Amino acid sequence: MATYLEFIQQNEEQDGVRFSWNVWPSSRLEATRMVVPLACLLTPLKERPDLPPVQYEPVLCSRPTCKAVLNPLCQVDYRTKLWACNFCFQRNQFPPAYGGISEVNQPAELMPQFSTIEYMIQRGAQSPLIFLYVVDTCLEEDDLQALKESLQMSLSLLPPDALVGLITFGRMVQVHELSCEGISKSYVFRGTKDLTAKQIQDMLGLTKPAMPMQQARPAQPQEHPFVSSRFLQPVHKIDMNLTDLLGELQRDPWPVTQGKRPLRSTGVALSIAVGLLEGTFPNTGARIMLFTGGPPTQGPGMVVGDELKIPIRSWHDIEKDNARFMKKATKHYEMLASRTAANGHCIDIYACALDQTGLLEMKCCANLTGGYMVMGDSFNTSLFKQTFQRIFTKDFNGDFRMAFGATLDVKTSRELKIAGAIGPCVSLNVKGPCVSENELGVGGTSQWKICGLDPTSTLGIYFEVVNQHNAPIPQGGRGAIQFVTHYQHSSTQRRIRVTTIARNWADAQTQLRHIEAAFDQEAAAVLMARLGVFRAESEEGPDVLRWLDRQLIRLCQKFGQYNKEDSASFRLSDSFSLYPQFMFHLRRSPFLQVFNNSPDESSYYRHHFARQDLTQSLIMIQPILYSYSFHGPPEPVLLDSSSILADRILLMDTFFQIVIYLGETIAQWRKAGYQDMPEYENFKHLLQAPLDDAQEILQARFPMPRYINTEHGGSQARFLLSKVNPSQTHNNLYAWGQETGAPILTDDVSLQVFMDHLKKLAVSSAC
Amino acid sequence: MNVNQSIPPVPPFGQPQPVYPGYHQSSYSGQSGSTAPAIPYGAYNGPVPGYQQTLPQGISRAPPSSGAPPASTAQAACGQVAYGQFGQGDVQNGPSSTVQMQRLPGSQPFGSPLAPVGSQPAVLQPYGPPPTSAQVTAQLAGMQISGAVAPAPPSSGLGYGPPTSLASASGSFPNSGLYGSYPQGQASPVSQAQGHPRIQTPQRSAPSQASSFTPPASGGPRLPSMTGPLLPGQGFGGPSVSQPNHVSSPPPQALPPGTQITGPLGPPPPMHSPQQPGYQPQQNGSFGSTRGPQPNYGSPYPAAPTFGSQPGPPQPLPPKRLDPDAIPSPIQVIEDDRNNRGTEPFVTGVRGQVPPLVTTNFLVKDQGNASPRYIRCTSYNIPCTSDMAKQAQVPLAAVIKPLARLPPDEASPYVVDHGESGPLRCNRCKAYMCPFMQFIEGGRRFQCCFCSCINDVPPQYFQHLDHTGKRVDAYDRPELSLGSYEFLATVDYCKNNKFPSPPAFIFMIDVSYNAIRTGLVRLLCEELKSLLDFLPREGGAEESAIRVGFVTYNKVLHFYNVKSSLAQPQMMVVSDVADMFVPLLDGFLVNVNESRAVITSLLDQIPEMFADTRETETVFVPVIQAGMEALKAAECAGKLFLFHTSLPIAEAPGKLKNRDDRKLINTDKEKTLFQPQTGAYQTLAKECVAQGCCIDLFLFPNQYVDVATLSVVPQLTGGSVYKYACFQVENDQERFLSDLRRDVQKVVGFDAVMRVRTSTGIRAVDFFGAFYMSNTTDVELAGLDGDKTVTVEFKHDDRLNEESGALLQCALLYTSCAGQRRLRIHNLALNCCTQLADLYRNCETDTLINYMAKFAYRGVLNSPVKAVRDTLITQCAQILACYRKNCASPSSAGQLILPECMKLLPVYLNCVLKSDVLQPGAEVTTDDRAYVRQLVTSMDVAETNVFFYPRLLPLTKSPIESTTEPPAVRASEERLSNGDMYLLENGLNLFLWVGASVQQGVVQSLFSVSSFSQITSGLSVLPVLDNPLSKKVRGLIDSLRAQRSRYMKLIVVKQEDKLEMLFKHFLVEDKSLSGGASYVDFLCHMHKEIRQLLS
Repeated sequence: MATYLEFIQQNEEQDGVRFSWNVWPSSRLEATRMVVPLACLLTPLKERPDLPPVQYEPVLCSRPTCKAVLNPLCQVDYRTKLWACNFCFQRNQFPPAYGGISEVNQPAELMPQFSTIEYMIQRGAQSPLIFLYVVDTCLEEDDLQALKESLQMSLSLLPPDALVGLITFGRMVQVHELSCEGISKSYVFRGTKDLTAKQIQDMLGLTKPAMPMQQARPAQPQEHPFVSSRFLQPVHKIDMNLTDLLGELQRDPWPVTQGKRPLRSTGVALSIAVGLLEGTFPNTGARIMLFTGGPPTQGPGMVVGDELKIPIRSWHDIEKDNARFMKKATKHYEMLASRTAANGHCIDIYACALDQTGLLEMKCCANLTGGYMVMGDSFNTSLFKQTFQRIFTKDFNGDFRMAFGATLDVKTSRELKIAGAIGPCVSLNVKGPCVSENELGVGGTSQWKICGLDPTSTLGIYFEVVNQHNAPIPQGGRGAIQFVTHYQHSSTQRRIRVTTIARNWADAQTQLRHIEAAFDQEAAAVLMARLGVFRAESEEGPDVLRWLDRQLIRLCQKFGQYNKEDSASFRLSDSFSLYPQFMFHLRRSPFLQVFNNSPDESSYYRHHFARQDLTQSLIMIQPILYSYSFHGPPEPVLLDSSSILADRILLMDTFFQIVIYLGETIAQWRKAGYQDMPEYENFKHLLQAPLDDAQEILQARFPMPRYINTEHGGSQARFLLSKVNPSQTHNNLYAWGQETGAPILTDDVSLQVFMDHLKKLAVSSAC
Repeated sequence: MNVNQSIPPVPPFGQPQPVYPGYHQSSYSGQSGSTAPAIPYGAYNGPVPGYQQTLPQGISRAPPSSGAPPASTAQAACGQVAYGQFGQGDVQNGPSSTVQMQRLPGSQPFGSPLAPVGSQPAVLQPYGPPPTSAQVTAQLAGMQISGAVAPAPPSSGLGYGPPTSLASASGSFPNSGLYGSYPQGQASPVSQAQGHPRIQTPQRSAPSQASSFTPPASGGPRLPSMTGPLLPGQGFGGPSVSQPNHVSSPPPQALPPGTQITGPLGPPPPMHSPQQPGYQPQQNGSFGSTRGPQPNYGSPYPAAPTFGSQPGPPQPLPPKRLDPDAIPSPIQVIEDDRNNRGTEPFVTGVRGQVPPLVTTNFLVKDQGNASPRYIRCTSYNIPCTSDMAKQAQVPLAAVIKPLARLPPDEASPYVVDHGESGPLRCNRCKAYMCPFMQFIEGGRRFQCCFCSCINDVPPQYFQHLDHTGKRVDAYDRPELSLGSYEFLATVDYCKNNKFPSPPAFIFMIDVSYNAIRTGLVRLLCEELKSLLDFLPREGGAEESAIRVGFVTYNKVLHFYNVKSSLAQPQMMVVSDVADMFVPLLDGFLVNVNESRAVITSLLDQIPEMFADTRETETVFVPVIQAGMEALKAAECAGKLFLFHTSLPIAEAPGKLKNRDDRKLINTDKEKTLFQPQTGAYQTLAKECVAQGCCIDLFLFPNQYVDVATLSVVPQLTGGSVYKYACFQVENDQERFLSDLRRDVQKVVGFDAVMRVRTSTGIRAVDFFGAFYMSNTTDVELAGLDGDKTVTVEFKHDDRLNEESGALLQCALLYTSCAGQRRLRIHNLALNCCTQLADLYRNCETDTLINYMAKFAYRGVLNSPVKAVRDTLITQCAQILACYRKNCASPSSAGQLILPECMKLLPVYLNCVLKSDVLQPGAEVTTDDRAYVRQLVTSMDVAETNVFFYPRLLPLTKSPIESTTEPPAVRASEERLSNGDMYLLENGLNLFLWVGASVQQGVVQSLFSVSSFSQITSGLSVLPVLDNPLSKKVRGLIDSLRAQRSRYMKLIVVKQEDKLEMLFKHFLVEDKSLSGGASYVDFLCHMHKEIRQLLS
């Protein structure tokens, strides 16, 4: 453990945890002065090929309010077979099965390398995974065709015993019955009428006449599949059937007159999907997969009317409070989302359209339930097709990379309290001694529900140090946090993953160096960004920026080295050096800037930002730029306009987009066809290199990024130009004098200006 | 008049007349005086108490009347002649011969030389005006009665001597004869002979009238016949004869009638019997029942009570004594009309012609007026003023069947295409071009025959006029020469200014437990597979343009996508019945041929899919709503075929509860049983009409389904309701399938609007039938088929002009089954009169009954049934009283004088009054009543005729070889011989009644069992046996069924069997179990009412 960097990296690999501070300030007061809160990014299901689950159940602390899991940090008395809970200090007896333990014969959970351990629970009925397709039929013919093919293809990817269901919608909503022979049968609902779950279940015939209690009990397990069998069927039984059914799907037949949008009942379709699962498989892992090709235009949850002349709401409209349907629609989807979450199901949204599709209103469905949100131009694009396919990829064990119905339980040692979490989760409202009153993100609880998650799903969890300044922690004391994640594995087993971590306390007054050195600026940037984005959902954009700026300035004041009022003297240590730059790019990012983005795009970006892991999040904040040239191997270059040179090829990865940009000269060469001449084969290789690299990224990323291949002067070059630091603009072009780089036509401040200003403010005593 | 008198026959008349008065008096006085209630024939009632009292009056009257009568009779005779019926009688009588001669030639020549229309009336008028009119009518009345009697004559004559002769039937005949011959009448034989001839003639009346007029002499003879009826009064005397024979006996009395009257006082009965033999027939004619009368007379009037409402129950008995054979017989009238008018085509060129009866087979030639198959009127001569109309109380109504099916030898209306400009119409009243429009100014303009507005003739329509002022091309253009024709409508006549798409049929099938259990669904689906090949198509079209769709339902609805491109049908379930909608557009309504495979597959699967359903609840309103929405979405009109089993109690709009409560019968709340339970149905119907969505409802109830409510939508949308109580595949399959086939195949017009325009002076004010009206003039019909009839009532709003007559134009705008928008126009010209007699002479009782039944059946929705019945009786009494007062020859009030044209009014009215709706029996369910009520609402004249007065056909009377239908007998138990078998049909039911002592051989050859006792009672199918009798009977049954729009299920009833009760219900001349009066009783009651009005 040579450096903190390595320590951090190792921790991330082992536990999927990155803390903003790896040495914790020991008092509340000091902690608040650190500006960046004590928080962590937790990836609960981080893939651990080296960590086979143990086949037994965890041992819990017997104190009812604690119930922490036995872990390597516990003190164990092997003789008396007792262990002391490291959170509440309760002394517990080992269960009989542990009778044989000794210092040399330890159970896995006591070994230090098992700070993260996974238990497999055998009891309880296993219920199959459920996939409910909710398909928009108001699509263009080729779009629908592509979507049908994708769906048909997906059937082959599903586990054979998974249950599938199909709901299609347009002007009406159809729930297809899959069990019938011969005539295909579907239940049809009006798209304009909201129905309660009870009504839906009544109309689908899902409610059974009430049975006497004692009968109902034993019958239940068998009855479940029976009741639902009409709409949700095991893939292996009906895949032919369903394939045909999908094949016969037609476009919504209702005529759409000129100047109108098709009537699309997304709101009701979702409501029915939710109601259907609610009535049949509550608390069983299920995915509702919504495929939509346009905005909901009628019924509850409508986002825009069917008149084409009235465009769908923009940020401008929203600011002017001019979005008629937004509030109502949002409320509708939020209600659905919370019901879904309560049932442990998740909703994916695959929205492919050139215009907006109402993601702004629907975002909560994916955000609160841990579902995916995918936005594309058309279902007939590789972006959608591959993204969709990737959902069904399997891990090294041949299991789907998805888990359902997880609850995350966080336990802290006494000096800490839990302030909240930000990520694809909902609060379970479990109050406890370790729950802070100050909320950051979704707070007021020590447990959250994450209905759908995958190995990269990452939550930001925020803590508060509550230890009082006058009650110092003994030297060498360590604070501990335990994350307990119950979830349904894709193999349908229930599993529990327990991660227990501990960090040293340090007195900020005397040991600030330690704390400073243990600062994880990447994690901090992401955690702060999450806070900012979280605020941006409910606050005005400028307020959030101001808040971010203030935080940054305070941080610089606290940790910078400078002479008062002398900005030139300002220095930041290595562990902080990148942080302001992250903040600079964050301020410019679509997560906080809505200019030039539609509300849907903003929602989409924010959705992914709130669930991706640290690496991906950082890319989102500050895109990566690689440069390819004849001058040497590809190299990362500054995300700066000065990097845009005529004889370079640039590859930019913003997470959402992969941009390949040919410099002016390169573009001319290519136009001249040099790459086709054998004598210029090296040029051909040069052209090919970024393509290969991009391909590599494309292969791994979910969702599939938009792939843009452009060149100097190309219209799509804007994707690059809008991201780079505008160090050269029309304003200062000549000041730089050289012809390096490309000027960006913008009034945005450049990093340089930003930093100068920051330094000035940091050293000023005014604030 | 004089002429008549001069005629030799007259004298006899004179005699008869006196008889009449006497007759009347006796009866009347008796009735009136004694018991108001004694409605029945004055004669009857009279006999008993009335008699005594009245006697004096009668006597007094009698003499005078008798004295006067001769003259009057003579006149009357003329009138009668006019009617024609008498003519023959007259001829025979003596004068008759001349008359006949004249008539025949006359009528023919008339037609040709004179303007057919005008001539006749003109002729008549001359006659009438001076002396006759009233008299004539009176005579007519008399005639009628006598006419009815007529058939019987021979017997009567015979009977005469021996009262028992029974000739009852014949007896009546003689009466008529008597009348004619009255004088002669006394000589019984003569009368008989006469009687016969008369019968024949009468029917010709219309044409003959004209001719007859010319020969006044003929009139004379007729008169006699007229008088005949009067004789009935004598009948009273006749009654003395205790037996049926008496009938015959009365005639003799005729002379004495006056005396008779007196007779009643004391010993009349005995007296008469012996004395009057000759008279008797006469009496019979009028009173029929005379037999017992005398004694009765003396005694209390008890007769009256019989009428339910009337007083003394005891009396009834005596009155009944009236010889049934002596009172007007529907059978006879029908038979006469058939014989007289069934042979020649009915040419419609003449204004105000009374067409043959609906029971007569005749060919129609359209020469400018609509065929009676399209329009029939209660009267073809309309009073000029509303005062007159009010006085007469004869409803002025037309029964219109715009899309009536025609026999194969009559051409359907020509279709006229006026291209872009559309049909030519009057600018003011919007009447369509018709033969009555007057072209003026050399053809450059035309004057509207309805509103007199002068319009320009558009250049493209211009044509020169010939010297008569007629357009040269009149005969090239249907709209200028025919009574009925069609125009192709332009886009202006279409909804939303768009030509309609072809209509659609949607089959909506109840698949709840009941429907599955009875096998209905399987049967239906099987049938539909082949039936779909027979959807109505237009003209020579190769395939029907009609698209079809399918829905099944219990408490949710299942729609089916049967698009041809699908391998399998797709089912779409809509369970949101509270807020119905159509889940699919494309593929729901399809062309049968294109989607045949899918449809067949669907129909194969439907019974399987629901085979083990346990759903018993159904919905109703949402189903119709769904169908309507489907049509709306497809932007077309169409028809829903709904197959429904049970009361819709599932939670949904239009949910019903069982509210059947027999305790309400005969209370003020009874009307609620006929009213729909909720307004939802009307609202829905309104929407359906707006969409042109017609509903045909097939009901298969096991118990109460509230037909009153369920039928609202079919009713208001011009649809039909079929009900198969306790449906069982084995028993009812044939009936259902036959109805279904017919219903699906019949030609329908959709999305129709009908408007009746009339000459200034009268106006259509009321409409009856299966349709909806959103304003006061336009009849809106979502669908209209060839069986549906609209009855329109007219009222005066101004004076009519005798010269120009009254014109009706019925315009029906509809979408044909190929989706073509058309206008069908029917024109009818009626005469106008200033003399009431003309009115009474040109009435049609069958049509009148049609109107009155519909009027009454609508009345039960709002008034207590009793009030409705009383209204009917009162109106009828007023009609007859008015006649008596204004048209009949002055005579004793005790005489019952009926107009010839209305002599069946009492018997038919009685049938209406005792029908299930107005007087339900214990076995009649509320649903049955509601069902019948709505059925009658859209019946045409022929249907109401047979419905209210069923046909009773003896099976073994006529030789086995004869291929014609056996002559019917009157619907009375007395007419049944226990050695014979009878078929009874009323358009809905068909019974085969087997007498207890039918020959074994007959039983064997028909039922294939050896004895009467082995015949299964309630059998519904006759075994197919290869012998002449079996073939004949089965052939007859088939032909009867073919005549009716609904399949009649056969029920074999054995004499003395339990089922016989059911059968007897249809013997409408008898007293019914539910309290309905017998014909005789009712006639007495009627008489009494009339007398009350007169006094």
